[in-house]
Amino acid sequence: MEIQVTKVGVVSCSGEELPEGTLCRLACRKVLEERPGETVTICLPLFIAGGEEERAFAGKYPTITVDGCDKFCAAKATEKLSGKPSKTLLIPEILKKHGLTPPNKLRHFGPEEQAAVNAVAEEIARAVDEVLEEE
Amino acid sequence: MGKKHKQVVVLPCSGIGKVFGALARETAYELVERLRPGVATLTCLPLLVINDPEAVALVTENPVITIDGCPKDCAKKSVEAVGGKVAKAYEAIRFYKEHKDLKPEGLSEVDESGRKLAQVAAREVAEEVDKLAAEEEK
Repeated sequence: MEIQVTKVGVVSCSGEELPEGTLCRLACRKVLEERPGETVTICLPLFIAGGEEERAFAGKYPTITVDGCDKFCAAKATEKLSGKPSKTLLIPEILKKHGLTPPNKLRHFGPEEQAAVNAVAEEIARAVDEVLEEE
Repeated sequence: MGKKHKQVVVLPCSGIGKVFGALARETAYELVERLRPGVATLTCLPLLVINDPEAVALVTENPVITIDGCPKDCAKKSVEAVGGKVAKAYEAIRFYKEHKDLKPEGLSEVDESGRKLAQVAAREVAEEVDKLAAEEEK
């Protein structure tokens, strides 16, 4: 019997202007590194700069978007240029849920920011599990 | 009389999982935070992907420098896709090719060697920022 192994796409906004964008990027990378067999990613601007193959991403993989602010760039760009995401996560909501304050720097995160990275990564991993279960 | 540009937009790609994407990001932060604060400015590249009016205005009304982490040139193409013109486009790998003693590592954020390389790269880009900031429109 053939077993179909599904990977879940994780799309990070990685917004450069906000500390939450850096947080988003670090948390997504953490999940990608901890769940290499189950997750895959794409650079968000490739939906514009890439070709058909890149734009087929959300059609090929059930996708979770992770956004650093309520402009929802990752969710909107994925839906418009690739396909409707299975789940959309928002960093401020995750931090609020975990009682954590947002980071206040754009780079060189240290131990003070690690709790936020871990909390966001935990929520992404939970969403990955939920999507895999649904699949 | 022409007007002076007040700001120069520096846009790294949003490369995730590529060391030169992380180097591009670190170089841009070095510019806007340390070398040319107030002159060099950033916006989120994904805002251009969703055609955010403020971000589009920023890159169409000011000179733009892009720093891309791979040959797909996402930053450059994203600016062009919204009608902006790129004044100078850098490929982050070139900084490494010119400074092989500073090999960057790290997919999310660059390591110490990568940070040093970003400082060197940012000094080079800062010269371009100065040139563009001083340039008067004809």
